[in-house]
Amino acid sequence: MDKTQNNRAWFLVLPVLVLVAFSAVIPLMTVVNYAFNDTFGQNQFFWNGLGWFEDLLASDRMHEALGRQVLFSGIILAIEVPLGIYIALNMPKSGFWSSFCLVLMALPLLIPFNVVGTIWQIFGRVDIGLLGHTLAAMGIDYNYTNDPLDAWLTIIVMDVWHWTSLVALLCYAGLQSIPQAYYQAARIDQASRWSTFRYIELPKMAGVLLIAVLLRFMDSFMIYTEPFVLTGGGPGNSTTFLSIDLVKMAVGQFDLGPAAAFSLMYFLVILLVSWVFYTVMTTLDKQETK
Amino acid sequence: MARITLSNLAHSYFRSPKSEADFALKEMDHVWDDGGAYALLGASGCGKTTLLNIISGLVHPSQGRVLFGDRDVTNAPTAERNIAQVFQFPVVYDTMTVRENLAFPLKNRGMDPAYIQSRVAQIAAMIGMEATLDRKARGLTADAKQKISLGRGMVREDVNAILFDEPLTVIDPHMKWELRTQLKLLHREFGHTMIYVTHDQTEALTFADKVVVLHDGRVVQMGTPEELFETPEHTFVGYFIGSPGMNLLDAEIHGDHATIAGGTVPLAATYAPQKGRTQIGVRPEYTEMTTGIGLPARILRIEDVGRHRIIRAEVAGSQISVIVPEGQPVGADLTHVRFDPARVNVYADDWRVKGASA
Repeated sequence: MDKTQNNRAWFLVLPVLVLVAFSAVIPLMTVVNYAFNDTFGQNQFFWNGLGWFEDLLASDRMHEALGRQVLFSGIILAIEVPLGIYIALNMPKSGFWSSFCLVLMALPLLIPFNVVGTIWQIFGRVDIGLLGHTLAAMGIDYNYTNDPLDAWLTIIVMDVWHWTSLVALLCYAGLQSIPQAYYQAARIDQASRWSTFRYIELPKMAGVLLIAVLLRFMDSFMIYTEPFVLTGGGPGNSTTFLSIDLVKMAVGQFDLGPAAAFSLMYFLVILLVSWVFYTVMTTLDKQETK
Repeated sequence: MARITLSNLAHSYFRSPKSEADFALKEMDHVWDDGGAYALLGASGCGKTTLLNIISGLVHPSQGRVLFGDRDVTNAPTAERNIAQVFQFPVVYDTMTVRENLAFPLKNRGMDPAYIQSRVAQIAAMIGMEATLDRKARGLTADAKQKISLGRGMVREDVNAILFDEPLTVIDPHMKWELRTQLKLLHREFGHTMIYVTHDQTEALTFADKVVVLHDGRVVQMGTPEELFETPEHTFVGYFIGSPGMNLLDAEIHGDHATIAGGTVPLAATYAPQKGRTQIGVRPEYTEMTTGIGLPARILRIEDVGRHRIIRAEVAGSQISVIVPEGQPVGADLTHVRFDPARVNVYADDWRVKGASA
């Protein structure tokens, strides 16, 4: 078929380009500007080349924050993904209880992030919080404001509470798309529960599971509001994740140059990991088809 | 392998069925003999699949019992019944290769790997998929997938029965013939009890030794293809089997003859007076057009189907079909229709009435 070629059609992309320029490209360029320059105010800039980047790459502070961040994302993925799958598998498939569960599961997702932080901040307090007080009453020495381990546990439980629903709901949608005949065939073939999961449910869930893992990775890697409200990055620096550190650097210390360089690297890391992740998964998918 | 007995069985998809109409399967007692090749024939939605799923345990019947041999399996789970079932649409395990798919039921039973290997090779040869054994099942065409499903159904040698639920719907015609022949061979070789659900009468009649006709949740007749053709026990069987179906005419029965709109049709037997709606049924094969004997008829159209011609005619306000053998001329002088008395069946309220031979 002959297609009409008219290069003026490119102009139709213009409004989007303008929008993206103002919302993303230009602000990002300001960050780039700060990242390669040093300034003492009054809009006077001095070229600093890769200085900020070199400083940051050598700084222990950045390494520790990155380490905490990777550990945190790893832990919550390791908990939320299997737990989400497990919940999805055991949810009622139809009827009133199915709708009930769906609404119940969606609730944590609808709560604003800083409210989630506040809820857990109060919930965990030893003096007035239900959780903290109960634990204290049981004789358990729990205090998330003093003990780094307690702070970590509280943040992880909070994140699991907040986000496992997302994984579960996505998996549930994947499971609902499996025709009944597959389960019947599995029963006829005398497949065990594990085989049914491994050969029917998991392959059909793989697509949505990929999205769930990707979303949870990105979100957890960028997490800011909830731990900031809950612990403010403490005790000490024990829960200072990358974004909390970044805000401390930019807004607290007003080190705009290093903060800008930090932002760029942060952004590139997330972009890179997501891209690698996506590429690996899609090639695996293609190989399976062959 | 075992004889399968359905005792006092009925099923409804409603939790508390109120009337008989709520039942997908009406109360029935039925025995499937060990090693029989059965076809379960009926229109769509008459309960064929439900019946099959009850036998395999995918559906629990609302009432009655299912017995394998002397063992009551009504409450036994599907896996315990050791039954194979092939569904209407292909079900394959996407992430497995064709070989793994075929081996899956054997592996689940913990069979010896060497045996699995040889059995899978045998089945692959039967369904003609040796060349694609190591491919992933995901990218295959619908009929290749259905062949895998069929293969998976046949791979276990020790199953109690193999149930086929319209398995050839998605297969293209020449392969259909081929696979049906294979199934028939397999049946001869291993003697599994096979139940083959279909709404295609050719498929049913070529596959089965015995055909069970299901209508509106009820078994209306079980018999050899010949019995179904010659003496349909229910008007549905007469109409559903045969191409075209049986001619049915409302008639009054008077002993050894019937009257239709004033005309007389002789019968080969004498019948007691019947209550309800009475009809006579004659196959188009045993009906002929004449120049003056029999009932007056008006020819509506003639269809040439190759081997013979079919005349569609009107008799006393009802449509009938007449099969005219090849070579016999059809002209405007054919104004009457005659039935072969020995082949006329009498029905009261849709069920066949036996007459006393005169």
